[in-house]
Amino acid sequence: MHAALVTMATSTTDTQKDQFVEWLARIAASRDRAAFAQLFDHFAPRLKSFLIRKGSTAEQAEDLVQETMIAVWSKAALFASGKGSVSTWIFTIARNLRIDRLRRERSQLYTDLEDFDAPDETAGAEETLGRSQEDNHVSQALAQIPAEQRELLILSFVEDVPQSEIATRLGLPLGTVKSRMRLGYQRLRKLLEQMN
Amino acid sequence: MKISHHLDDATILAFAAGTVGEAHGVLAAAHISLCPLCRSRVKSAEQIAGAILADESEASVSDQCRAATLASLDAILQAKPAQPKPKSDLPLALSRILGDVSLRDIKWKTKAPGVAVFDVPLSKGTSTKLKMLRLGHGRTMPEHGHGGDEITLILKGSYHDRFGRFAPGDVADLDHEIEHQPIVDSDEDCICVVAFETKAKYKTLLAKLAQPFVGI
Repeated sequence: MHAALVTMATSTTDTQKDQFVEWLARIAASRDRAAFAQLFDHFAPRLKSFLIRKGSTAEQAEDLVQETMIAVWSKAALFASGKGSVSTWIFTIARNLRIDRLRRERSQLYTDLEDFDAPDETAGAEETLGRSQEDNHVSQALAQIPAEQRELLILSFVEDVPQSEIATRLGLPLGTVKSRMRLGYQRLRKLLEQMN
Repeated sequence: MKISHHLDDATILAFAAGTVGEAHGVLAAAHISLCPLCRSRVKSAEQIAGAILADESEASVSDQCRAATLASLDAILQAKPAQPKPKSDLPLALSRILGDVSLRDIKWKTKAPGVAVFDVPLSKGTSTKLKMLRLGHGRTMPEHGHGGDEITLILKGSYHDRFGRFAPGDVADLDHEIEHQPIVDSDEDCICVVAFETKAKYKTLLAKLAQPFVGI
């Protein structure tokens, strides 16, 4: 188990998050290249590292980083700040592009579901502000759940293999892996509810 | 549609991570499109990934990658328009594969009195299968232990087993070691879609005999 996974630093501040939302808004409103360059400089290195952890070579990771950031540019107007953080949104774009590349499943399954989640126009400004801090909340909540549950939750996103494969690699029964994931996910959701 | 049976947390996490098999992905998406609760659960799971990405360490990106990305922006004006949705009463995840097909147009293959199946085509190379089943009133699926992850989505009619009653929109997302014996309790046929792993082993001799017969 990677020690680095267990002690995650909360390196992104709330001010930064509002900044990401603002950059996206500027890209959407006026094709602002300077805002895009700043967004690229923040997210591209993180995305590359994330993809390498998922098993990509440096070259494959950079191809996907490029493709993802171009999609961020062209889809900026579709980002709804009330529905989650910029980093969550960028993760979903990268995930879908990666699925297309691996042709393991259909990314259209995910893009189709976005239509069922049309932005809620009744959400007030307060709600949006609360939502923009979600990454920090999730990071804090992750730090509070038992280590064995946290490790498996993180592995389920970092490892690009089915849960049965994670179980084999860890030498644990699949049932144990799943029940730890469930417990971790349930505890995390409870903690997030308390924070909001 | 009142939904009482939902996807397992482990399935929600795998779906959000993009590591679920093809058949299970189609089936999960079909349920999620019908179920606001599971949609919000997928969102929370994606937020975990977002937090991991936000806290990720930085790998240095080559100047070439940065320059190539910035240079290609001019050529891109708009995101690609979404593909029109097929005209169908099936969940979108299924009609994307089957096209403008309604539930009554399915080309069923009768396997036994009151038992018909239809294979939903998937990509070559997937180790999962997606099968539609049409079962008459009182029909019982052979008792089977699950050799792999299996998810069932009810589209029409209903059945019950020891976990309760399963009606349209409900999913039975069962762990691999769970055994159950669903019995159709609706007057009309029960139509469901099952995603399973092709390596799944059937347990009882009866089921082994019925497997080539029923075709699942």
